[in-house]
Amino acid sequence: MATEITAPPYRVIPIIPAIKPGAMEGLKPFVANDKIQEALGFPGELVEDWKDRAIAKMGELLKKYRSLKVYLDACVHCGACSDKCHYFIGTQDPKNMPVARQDLMRSVYRRYFTLPGKLFPKLVGARELTKEVLDEWYSYYHQCSECRRCSVFCPYGIDTAEITMAAREILDSVGYGQKYSNEIIGKVNTIGNNLGLPGPALEDTLEGLEEDVKEDTGIDVRFPLDVKGAEVLLITPSADFFAEPHIDSLIGYAKVFHAAGISWTLSSMSSEAGNFGLFIGNYEQMRKIALRIRQAALELGVKRIVVGECGHAWRVAYSFWNTLTGIGDGAEDRFALQLQKQLDQRYRQPTHICELTWDLIEKQAIKLDPEANDNLVVTFHDSCNVARGSRMGEMAGGQFEIPRSIIRAAANHFVDMSDATTREKTFCCGGGGGLLTDDLMDLRVKGALPRMEALKEVADRDGVNFMATICAICKTQFSKVLPYYGFNMRMVGGVHQLVSNAIRLGDKE
Amino acid sequence: MIFAALFYAAFLILAGGLAYRISDYLRTPAPLKIPTTPAPTTGGGVVLRMTREVLLFESLFKGSLWTWGFAILFHGGLALVLMRHLRYFTQPVWSWVDLVQPFGIYAGFVMAIGLAGLWGRRFLVDRIRYISTPSDHLMLALLLMIAISGLSMKFLDHTDIVGVKAFFLGLEHFDPQPLPASPLLYLHLSLVASLMIIFPFSKLLHAPGVFFSPSRNQPDNPREHRHLSPWAAKLESES
Repeated sequence: MATEITAPPYRVIPIIPAIKPGAMEGLKPFVANDKIQEALGFPGELVEDWKDRAIAKMGELLKKYRSLKVYLDACVHCGACSDKCHYFIGTQDPKNMPVARQDLMRSVYRRYFTLPGKLFPKLVGARELTKEVLDEWYSYYHQCSECRRCSVFCPYGIDTAEITMAAREILDSVGYGQKYSNEIIGKVNTIGNNLGLPGPALEDTLEGLEEDVKEDTGIDVRFPLDVKGAEVLLITPSADFFAEPHIDSLIGYAKVFHAAGISWTLSSMSSEAGNFGLFIGNYEQMRKIALRIRQAALELGVKRIVVGECGHAWRVAYSFWNTLTGIGDGAEDRFALQLQKQLDQRYRQPTHICELTWDLIEKQAIKLDPEANDNLVVTFHDSCNVARGSRMGEMAGGQFEIPRSIIRAAANHFVDMSDATTREKTFCCGGGGGLLTDDLMDLRVKGALPRMEALKEVADRDGVNFMATICAICKTQFSKVLPYYGFNMRMVGGVHQLVSNAIRLGDKE
Repeated sequence: MIFAALFYAAFLILAGGLAYRISDYLRTPAPLKIPTTPAPTTGGGVVLRMTREVLLFESLFKGSLWTWGFAILFHGGLALVLMRHLRYFTQPVWSWVDLVQPFGIYAGFVMAIGLAGLWGRRFLVDRIRYISTPSDHLMLALLLMIAISGLSMKFLDHTDIVGVKAFFLGLEHFDPQPLPASPLLYLHLSLVASLMIIFPFSKLLHAPGVFFSPSRNQPDNPREHRHLSPWAAKLESES
């Protein structure tokens, strides 16, 4: 841990790097202790019969997830994905090639679940599940940010994220969980957010924000908490409450609601959009976290649920909430039915804050003065989970167009980064998928390389000095790694930070 | 007679194995909506996406132009060759199969070139070399030998194709006929039978697998339609 962390050099010509076997071998984020594990219902430490239980769990997952089964069977080792992972590009470790990462599990699958693997293991690259293999899983399945970039290029759509999630689920089930993700899930379950920020602290923070905005603008912009009967329940990543630059976007959301005259509220019981249940591939935990939000919506009697700037949270909200908690059509349990009746189905449920803001801009219900951001040349970093795991608006690809439209409305100078690194081909920031922890700093710095190269290009060519994004993890990760690449840490911020600067308050005539 | 038995067995294993695999994929639920977005929002859109994926290898095109080129040559060549071979199994020969005949001959070469290119990458590109297993090489060797032995019978040492056709029509009518004696033909047919037997147990499952890939075959409409798997629905009744 004491070794100095440095950024890899930019590639002069962006060629695919040569492989360096073993470059990241043995990297191991902190293992969860027994308290953290048991709080989630996992064994406290590596169980004695881990091998049998891991194989049994794998068999169970193969019956529950078609994705896992098809993806483990279908790969032909064509290599189309081999140069697509930011962690491979940054570390050159061949086991960080998506296909090789999948093979860590596929080799075990072949040995225990396929005929050729049982008969001729060497021939088909099948191997026993040994402690070394399990350790290798722990290491390399925590060098994947589940960003799905590889799945864009795979001729069979194999999504390494699905394999990584299954691996983490198996590791958890034998008592070999990751501290960072599992501790956070525990905090959501007991306190209501990833940071473990209790209700009173949240209330203080929000009051402080009201004073700050008043001082800044002279206008009483409210940050309501637990207001029953509000129109909108805002579910936002808890980093928005106090981390920089996240908080500037929270101010932006509040100003949008204020200017549009929409009553809204936060919930102290459910003050987290993030859902790390996704990262560990655990359906039950993911559902449990989502149900907290349903409960808050029911208790507060809101008509709409709006989600703040958070990548994986939006994937879970958009793609999975209806499945997990039945907020759209089709669910039959009592609470889901009540929620369906209560929510105003003329609006998209849930709505992304960018969808809400863009609708208001289009309807001219709010006005922006882009001159307010004239000191900035802005670019936009598509966050992986929004780009490849969700949508905004009515059209496929709305998740790319809507944030850009907002930025263009809020700022006069906008430049896109290279096509090979944006929209569906965007690179992960390097800190997603449960890897945003200091014990993985070296990996995080290296994994940011492809994004930093693309940013460097527009910074040099177009003078870009601000990279907007709509993800709490991206914001934290970039604040931390930008300096390693010679950039100012304040270069990253939210889309609603720009909106906050540009929005016209008070004079609505 | 050995070949008759071999082909009956190979056919049964291929058909039975594939039917088992496909029913297995069908029975396994996909509990969450995971299309790789941007994705089509309607069923019709998904059909178009899958068609582009299966016929044009759209994603591979985005991923690696070299691999895409060789893959198209191989699969396209193979498709034409298979169509050409239908003449050994039909009497009278369908008219469109007649039309394909001249193309099918050259497709054999195209297929071999594609295979050679795909194989070459396994030696020349360090990343692909790293991920290649012995079975990856053997599979390509098997396909290439099938192509070469087949082409040899056309261009080097002609076989009694009337006899071959009689043999296969005989198999179809459960009235086995003798196979013309020809070492090349024996080699070609043994390799083809091996391929049929290996198919349902190997990575050749990518062929049916692609149709069952949730990241490609799901429409992107989770807000409009609730998607719930049977095992996840059980959780609901428990809470």
